[in-house]
Formats: sequence, C-alpha cells, structure tokens
Amino acid sequence: MKLKGRVWKFGNNIDTDIIIPAQYLAHTDPKVLGEHCMEPLHPGFNKMVKQGDIIVGGLNFGCGSSREHAPIAISAIGIPLVIAKTFARIFYRNAFNKGLALLEADMDEFVEEGEEIEVDISSGVIKCKKTVIQAKPIPPFMVELINHGGLVKYLKKKLEE
Amino acid sequence: MGMTITEKILAAHAGKDIVEPGEIIDAGIDIALANDITAPLSLEEFDKVGAKKVFDSERVVFVLDHFTPNKDIISAGNCKKIREFSIKHGIKHCYEGGECGIEHALLPEQGLVVPGDIVIGADSHTCTYGALGAFATGMGSTDVTYGMVTGRIWLKVPESIKFHCFGKRQEWVTGKDLILYIIGMIGVDGALYAAMEFEGDAISALSMDSRFAIANMAIEAGGKNGIFKVDEKTLEYVKGRGKRSHTVYESDNDASYREVYEIDVNKIGLKVACPSLPSNVKDVGELKNIGIDQAVIGSCTNGRIEDLEIAAKILKDKKVAGHVRCIIIPATPTIYGEALKRGFFETFLEAGCIISPPTCGPCLGGHMGVLAKGERAIATTNRNFIGRMGHPESEVYLSGPAVAAASAIKGRIAHPEEV
Repeated sequence: MKLKGRVWKFGNNIDTDIIIPAQYLAHTDPKVLGEHCMEPLHPGFNKMVKQGDIIVGGLNFGCGSSREHAPIAISAIGIPLVIAKTFARIFYRNAFNKGLALLEADMDEFVEEGEEIEVDISSGVIKCKKTVIQAKPIPPFMVELINHGGLVKYLKKKLEE
Repeated sequence: MGMTITEKILAAHAGKDIVEPGEIIDAGIDIALANDITAPLSLEEFDKVGAKKVFDSERVVFVLDHFTPNKDIISAGNCKKIREFSIKHGIKHCYEGGECGIEHALLPEQGLVVPGDIVIGADSHTCTYGALGAFATGMGSTDVTYGMVTGRIWLKVPESIKFHCFGKRQEWVTGKDLILYIIGMIGVDGALYAAMEFEGDAISALSMDSRFAIANMAIEAGGKNGIFKVDEKTLEYVKGRGKRSHTVYESDNDASYREVYEIDVNKIGLKVACPSLPSNVKDVGELKNIGIDQAVIGSCTNGRIEDLEIAAKILKDKKVAGHVRCIIIPATPTIYGEALKRGFFETFLEAGCIISPPTCGPCLGGHMGVLAKGERAIATTNRNFIGRMGHPESEVYLSGPAVAAASAIKGRIAHPEEV
C-alpha cells in the first residue's frame, strides 16, 4: 500500500495523555475523540490536519496508558500512518488492532514539518525531499496478523469455525 | 542456559519447556481485566466478533474505578453497560459501588491474582501484580477482548533486565523512591518491551505495599512487566486470600539478562519526579521553593495502608497549609476501613484533609481533584505528563507519601524532617 501525505512532526515521548486527554475517555465515538486529538500540544489539531497527513514522532511514541482511544483518535482525523523512531509497546499492539499503520524509522533530521512524503507501507520505503529512508520491517507475526485482517477479524473467523 | 521467572511463567502457560526472548507464543491466561474506561471498547469488540460467551465467568474481571462514583452521564452509561453485560454473562467479579476499589490494589487484596499467574488487563498499570511473582501486563481493549473470549493471548517473550538492590533504606524511603530513582536512571523508555526483575536484600526487606508500588511503575520505564521473587512475605500475603492455588517460579542462577543494574539503596534519598515525565527525577531537597496548590495521596501506586500510615504519622497534630487541598484516597474499601479503625481518618480530618472514596479520579484528571490552569500538585500517583491532572498548563510532581504529606503541611515541596 502506498501513501502520500504532509508531515506533522512531534518529538520524543508523545504520551497517550497528549494524544487523547483522559478527561474525554468516557467517549467511545471516534468523531468526539478525534476532536480532542493532540489537544494539549495543538488545540484544534483535528481542523489543522488534512485527510492522509502523516505523523512523524521520535522515541517512545504512545507511551503511557493502554487506552485504545489513542489510535482511534488519530485515525478519526484522517491520519493513516505514524512513523516514529520507537513505539511504546501497548500503543504498538493497539494501533495494529485498530487499523492504524505504524512504521519504525528515524526521520527527525531528514524531514521538515509540512513537507510531503511518499510511503510504501509494505516495503517500508519512505521517500522524503532530501533522501529515501528504509523503515524497519514490520515483524513477521504482525504481518501475518494483518494478512488475516487484524485481530478482530482473526477472532471472528476463529469463532465461526 | 537457565530461564528467568518471566520466561518460566510464559513457558508454562504456553505448554512449552523453554521459551526465549523474542519468541512469539500463544499463552493461556488466568485473568482478563478491564475497567470502566476500557471495558466499553472491549464490549463493543465482543459484539463485533459475534462472541456469545466469555471463556470463564470467574476469570473475567471488571473494576469500575476510574470515573466513579459516576462523574457524569456518559460515565454512568458506560458503567450501566458493563453491569448489564456482567449480569447477562454471569461475571462473578464485577466490582462497583461499595465493593469497588482501585483495580490494582483490589485484585491482589481480594486474592484474584496469585503467584505464577498470567494476567492481561486493559489498563497499563496491570503490571502491578508482578509484585506477587505473576506475569502481568497492560494491553488495549481489543487484545483483552481476545483474552476474554478465548482465554488465550499472543505474547512476545521479553528480554529481562535485572535490578539488584542492596543495602539499607534511609528513613522515610519507600518503594516509590526506589522506582523513581530507577526510572530517573534508565529513562521512560529504558526498559522498553523488557521485563524488569527486582531482587536483592533491599527488595526482600520491602513490604508488599512497597513492592506493589515498584511493580506498578514498571510501565513508566516502558517495561512490559515488573516482577519479584516470591518469598515468605509474598506467601504470607497470599495466605487466606488466594482464590486459586498458586505456583512459585524462580529465576535460574544462569538465566540470561539484557542488563544487570547494581543499586546501592543506602544512597537513595526521597525522590520527586518533576513535570512532565516520570524520569525527570530530583532529590526533594532541590525543590524546596516549589509551591503547591494540591496534594494527592492515593492511586494504584500509593493508596495502600502503608502509604496512609506514613501520611498519618506526618500529618498528626499538624495542619494542611491554608490554600492547599490535601486529598486522601484509600485505594479499596478494606484499606478505607482499616484506616478508619486505626484512627488515621481522625488525624486527616483534624489536619484539614479531604477523604475521598476509592477512585482513580484525580490521577488522570478525571474528577475529585482536577487542576486549574497554572495550578501545581504533588501526588503519590504515577504520571506527570502534560495535562495529566487537569489543564494542560497545570503541573504534577510525583513523590511517595512522606513527601506529599510534608508538602501539604508546608504548602510547598518539603522533606518530612521539615515538619
């Protein structure tokens, strides 16, 4: 799958309280969660982003709580992909379970805020203005899970058998 | 090559003799847990996959502790939905109302987790149960739905990091100070994806309450789980509580570790994590000019009887500073009852504290103590991220109960020796 989108840069340790503050966690509606995505850093972020934009983070993206509201909020505002140097482990599982794509790559010095990049999610090749970056491959087990349509579809199939 | 306690528990639940770090396993689980924030999403997925029943109605646990007593209409609706699901599916352990406590204090206290278990919970602080010599880790709601339905989960076997802690603790120092020190040393991603194993004579000397506080914050270093050796204190704690039989696993002498840290506990004083990361750790003495508006003594980290006992000792015959709200939150009804019986409530009330029912409430800026713009709190909780306790321009400093209580009296961050 190939994507093209504008870059929004975030730094290291972007935690789940930034991605979606806890005060909104009683909501499960993706639309409501999206309205508050990244609010502590960028109030009105949902209005600033365009469909297909890409988040680029640093180390330990998604650290903190286990709230699935975090990947749901990011997807809800039209962001299909987060690229970060490393991800916190619960966020990593949650994103795949919720259909938000993640790639691990150190992008910080190679991209600028707002530039358009082209990403081939399957191969992990990221084309930016300055250079081409190869993301770390998605672990084979995760690829298999994705090929099954994600954990929910996998479970559904299992229950139908 | 030997195995660590984490590897042994995972191997046993996957029906294998040996597992190695990096290996993906399909493991049976003992408990699947969710709370009033994460269970609603789990139940949506439960319906979506067309599941008809849970794998075991005694091993799926719901604790309605975050936004309760219900803070608003939406929260009330979420709890109602979980309650109705629990009745329909005969869920034996759905805690709410007067039975409810903060999940990670409640489950061990009620004997729902025993040594050797695998617990997955839709709450990142599920790692707390590692204090019992169990493998416990936080996951999202969808993964927990998978566990609720099948009784199994996929796991990547983590590498282990050993924290060998030796020496005698200084006065007032508890498990919280040790874990803050460790997170300050290795950083918020210092144990990313790894098992954090705590051992040594300084660990054996810790109470169970202090061990829970340490295991609780493994996630703040990025850890997959925190884990402790089972000793006589663990067995004493489990005795008379454990709802199931337990199995004791122990790391082999030749087990392999990614890293081993040697920590001289003698040298660790009272610690405070400054905004806005739990790794931004300083000595309390460096922060004496930091004024506070609120002190929170509670949470899944430090709302246990040892914490309230320390707070009561410091607050006895003292007054909370005029402008400060000091909120005390016993973590479970049992702890609440014991604090009442031991006269701590009288001390707290006379000092001018607020006593809250058990709830996660202010820790995540939910209710019962939310901060305004520009306000600052010292809290015995576990996270001090931007906006964690309220307004994005409010601040949270993390400490153990002794510093929080002393600070409430002084109206600024203070060492207990100052009061």
